[in-house]
Amino acid sequence: MEPALASFLQEQIVPKFNYWVYVVLMMIGLYAMIAKNNLIKKLIGMSIFQTAIILFYVSVGAKDGAGIPILDHHTYEHALEHPGDEHIDRDGYANPLPHVLMLTAIVVGVSTLGLALAIAQRIFTSFGSIEEDEILEKLQPGGHD
Amino acid sequence: MIEFFGFLAHQAPLVTVLAPAFGALLVTLFGRGKAEAGLPLALISLSLSSVGAVVTLFHVLASGGELRYRLGGWAPPFGIEYRIDALAALTAAAVVLVGLVNAVFSKTRVAAEAGEKAPFFYTLYLFLLAGLCGIVFTNDAFNLYVLIEITSLTSYALIAMGNRRAALSSFNYVIMGTVGASLYLLGVGYLYIKTGTLNIDGMRAAMAEAGIWGDASITVAFILILVGLWTKMAFFPLHGWMPNAYSYAPTAVGTLMAPLMTKVMVYVMLRVMLFAFGADFSYGGAGCGDIVVALSTVAIVAGSLLALARSDIKKMLTYLIVAEVGYMVGGAWVGNEAGLTGAAYHILSDAAMTFCLFMAVSIIVLRTGDHRLTAFTGLFRKMPLTMIGFTVGALSMIGLPPTCGFFSKWYLVGGGIEAGRWDYVVALLFSSLVNAVIFFRIFERAYFGEMDEPAPAGDDADSRPSQPLERVPWSMLVPLFLAAAAVLLVGLFNNTLAGWLRAALAI
Repeated sequence: MEPALASFLQEQIVPKFNYWVYVVLMMIGLYAMIAKNNLIKKLIGMSIFQTAIILFYVSVGAKDGAGIPILDHHTYEHALEHPGDEHIDRDGYANPLPHVLMLTAIVVGVSTLGLALAIAQRIFTSFGSIEEDEILEKLQPGGHD
Repeated sequence: MIEFFGFLAHQAPLVTVLAPAFGALLVTLFGRGKAEAGLPLALISLSLSSVGAVVTLFHVLASGGELRYRLGGWAPPFGIEYRIDALAALTAAAVVLVGLVNAVFSKTRVAAEAGEKAPFFYTLYLFLLAGLCGIVFTNDAFNLYVLIEITSLTSYALIAMGNRRAALSSFNYVIMGTVGASLYLLGVGYLYIKTGTLNIDGMRAAMAEAGIWGDASITVAFILILVGLWTKMAFFPLHGWMPNAYSYAPTAVGTLMAPLMTKVMVYVMLRVMLFAFGADFSYGGAGCGDIVVALSTVAIVAGSLLALARSDIKKMLTYLIVAEVGYMVGGAWVGNEAGLTGAAYHILSDAAMTFCLFMAVSIIVLRTGDHRLTAFTGLFRKMPLTMIGFTVGALSMIGLPPTCGFFSKWYLVGGGIEAGRWDYVVALLFSSLVNAVIFFRIFERAYFGEMDEPAPAGDDADSRPSQPLERVPWSMLVPLFLAAAAVLLVGLFNNTLAGWLRAALAI
């Protein structure tokens, strides 16, 4: 392998692997939303897009070798007895906040998807199709914009 | 007793947000099977919310600065905080008052258009308003995201309650709205990485302390958040979802969302620019002020021309909103006090005049059964009262004193001249000119048009009401007059309002 490429992989790709994945997933989702003709495929793209952002946030909170962010009994007692003492090793705990935020974001994503599927169903019952070009064709007579 | 009132005044912001939210829950709880239960509950909770908003406004003005309210007593950065200045209090008051008046206006239409689904309609309606008030008050970037999504989800559903075209435009809105909100969320994620907080003031403080204004990630976050918000506010060329969604939506939804959604998003943009990033970064470090003013110039010109080309009345109005959004974004970005004041003042004045025009046009389309400009033929004799309301709104759109449209243009043009952005100034004047052409064309038809001329019904079956109204009820006319009065009052008291807004935006 070329040394330049190797060092690029080493420095840019490998340590930031999950961030690259989130960007790629996001682009896949965006492509599906814009380019797909089928309404359900658009929604699949939308879900991938939202999930990519969840991956981003979860990556932010994760740390190498960190455990769950719960203080064990001993550390807790120690912290109570010595308030000023910076005994707690921050690197030992994952950051829980981004993960908690994503619980909310997942709920938002699920409700958006559910609502969008219900709307797609309504479109299907009134137009008899979920292909965008067929629907637009049906609107053509008088369907000025 | 006095202590009790003091307590109530202190809790007023929370009442403003939670009254509609609890009202929504009650409507779902008691409304099942009883279609008529929705409206009284909606009116009661919106009245409570209006009282809360007005008390909050007085409280903020009396304190002379800003009000901070900690939810559950938790201090930031761990708790969520409301931060209410004069702009926030005025915007919230505009939101709930428009919601309340529109609930009265749409009384008969909801019964006719939503039928047995009326309780669900009111549930969504109230949640939408609760979300909008929350957006205006909150000082937490992630809370803001959740509230934006609450308002978006409810508005997708409300729009989809219309006909088949409404469902289709709602679907497009879901796709674009989700992209917008996701970009915002991504931007907030970048900011969280850099600052370690989600509190909007805390972000600015942390960035100032660390001196990381020049970082690429901060610029990326800024751009992501702005593009997300622009999608939500239908800033040209990201406006694609808006015209169809607002014109095919049920009557009550169009009149509610057209005045509120885009304006609240402009408010959020001001908030993010001035308080999350700070004026120094937004106008200096980010280095995109010139481009954004140029974009808003394009938005104004394009919106006006597209409006001129429409023969469908509601769609014409939605394209005028596209132009108005350009006014506000441009005013916010010229980077001086006059422009900012104009943008903030235009949030209020555009809410009033769009509300007025949308109500008048809804009445006209329903009464004549025609959704095109031909509906106006001879209307000054046939429907003089509705046309009074329409005329006030139209004159404000054109920008004639003493309507509020004149004063917002006055401030915005002043800001443009001060900044030397002549393209923006010319675009504003051009838009006034186009609006004058559009509305005087309508006035001419309404004054001199022959009434006997058989009005051909529109060619777009989805835009026509299935059954024209026999007569216009007072429950529709009185709200129209209230909105027209608001257009004039916001104009007459422009000096006072602008003074409060200037104080709120000076940081």
